[in-house]
Amino acid sequence: MARFWRWVADRWVMGVALLVLGYLSLPILVVAGLSFNRPSSRLSYDFHEFTLDNWRNPCATSDMCDAVVRSVQIGFIATVVSTVLGTLMAFALVRHRFRGRAGINVLIFLPMATPELVMGTSLLALFVAAGVPQGFWTIVIAHVMFCVSFVVVTVKARLAGMDSRLEEAAMDLYASEWQTFRRITLPLVLPGIVAAALLAFSLSFDDFIITNFNAGTTVTFPMYVWGAAQRGIPPQVNVIGTAMFVIALLLVLGSTLRGRRARRAALPVAAPGAAKRP
Amino acid sequence: MSALAHVPTGQSTGAKPPPAARRGRYRALPYLLLLPGGGWLLLFFALPLLQLAAASLYDPGGSLATGYAMTWAFGNYPDALAAYWPHFLRSFGYAGLALVLALLMGYPLAYAIAQKAGRWKNLLLVCVVAPMFTSFLVRTLAWKTILSDNGWVVGLLRDVHLLGPDGRLLATPFAVVLGLTYNFLPFLVLPLYASLERLDPRLLEAASDLYASPVRAFRRVTLPLSMPGLVAGTLLFFIPASGDYINAELLGTPNEYMIGNVIDSAFLVRLDYPQGAALSFLLMAAILAVVFGYLRRAGTEDVL
Repeated sequence: MARFWRWVADRWVMGVALLVLGYLSLPILVVAGLSFNRPSSRLSYDFHEFTLDNWRNPCATSDMCDAVVRSVQIGFIATVVSTVLGTLMAFALVRHRFRGRAGINVLIFLPMATPELVMGTSLLALFVAAGVPQGFWTIVIAHVMFCVSFVVVTVKARLAGMDSRLEEAAMDLYASEWQTFRRITLPLVLPGIVAAALLAFSLSFDDFIITNFNAGTTVTFPMYVWGAAQRGIPPQVNVIGTAMFVIALLLVLGSTLRGRRARRAALPVAAPGAAKRP
Repeated sequence: MSALAHVPTGQSTGAKPPPAARRGRYRALPYLLLLPGGGWLLLFFALPLLQLAAASLYDPGGSLATGYAMTWAFGNYPDALAAYWPHFLRSFGYAGLALVLALLMGYPLAYAIAQKAGRWKNLLLVCVVAPMFTSFLVRTLAWKTILSDNGWVVGLLRDVHLLGPDGRLLATPFAVVLGLTYNFLPFLVLPLYASLERLDPRLLEAASDLYASPVRAFRRVTLPLSMPGLVAGTLLFFIPASGDYINAELLGTPNEYMIGNVIDSAFLVRLDYPQGAALSFLLMAAILAVVFGYLRRAGTEDVL
């Protein structure tokens, strides 16, 4: 009996953890299931009948696909702009000493700590006061604004962990500053920049609250879903939701596998047992 | 070693000064690097906050069509609070309740992944962030299906008489709190995991060697050492949860509306900008008050 209780004591945490993971995964399974559903009525959220129709023509409701395309466009522009701006800032913060550093850090931190609602309403107040018509470009401006901070933090982490002796070695070997940057610094920081760009894209693509206040009549995918929730959700929304999930999962798994293979390639002489734990 | 040995030769030939000195040449460079991003944040984050502050003091008698006059109407704040204090209470009540639930679920999860998962660690971490791979709104709508009156969850609870024959889950405060917990749980788990991952299991062995019970070892060793992650995770959970209005809108009814729903309708439906702006600032002030109060407690007092 005592052995039984020890067995329980050793494993109950894992048991609880798996239950919680189940709670976290349940909605995704439901979304995937509902993507094969033929609902009984437009306002019904229950599973009614199995069908492949939703996957065969995901664009049956054409305004939904327009919204997806628009979200991708906005996400792409916001990602490029915020990644460039944020990377420059990260370089300045990690590589240079200058006055006003604390103020800049606060300016970068605050957008991450401010409720989205407040950022959304304040931008709306600004655009209205300045007489700027709201639409595609005001959404882009808003998305760049809240993505920049996350890019800075991500790239900064990568830069700070970098061995600066590699750059010094390159310069000692008479590489010009541009060559050092191009051949040493950039390749080493690139994974951080790519991670930041992916993060920015997913933040932008999924944003609803800030977009909702600054979109005017422009409809992004989350705004389409929000509007449709009142009128009845077409099941194709779940197709898009499932497809997004699968694409993101493949990206993550792919990068993990590539990282593992690269690490293995870098240690060709490592004994098989050594790979188990770093 | 060879690189170090090489440095003096490079210097002695005088071909190029060492890199550290070269970097100092561009005093203006960091400012040039910061200018575009910092400018963007000043223009589209800081300036709008000032504009919102101004809008919260506009004459409440004006309208969007006729334009607002700046009358320094500080009365907007007490007026807004008097009209909507139940929504404020509900926001913080729901967010606080969701936080308690999230801690009860998130702490064991983070602990298990950090300390017990072994080679499954990365896989389990992917499972924690996986929900965020798909749209926030679509996931929240999935809860509508799960908690639906015809769903198996409600059916099961009715069968075991935890719910009356026409008891429901959807459109109740319970559904809203559950949705909040679900949506922001990963933000709590990830920083907590980062803290617990660094916890040396030998400390727990030492505690138990010194006759500490598991509960005592948790209170005196694990919990204090996980404080940084716990504080960060709590804030990352609580700030968005108390400002959220999507869960209340999709899973609740107007009886469950939080302050976010009121602000949304003030700006987008009723077009009452002074009131919406005043409520936004009150929300931010309330969140900041809670956050700083919490940080002071967590920072100065020993836990338990």
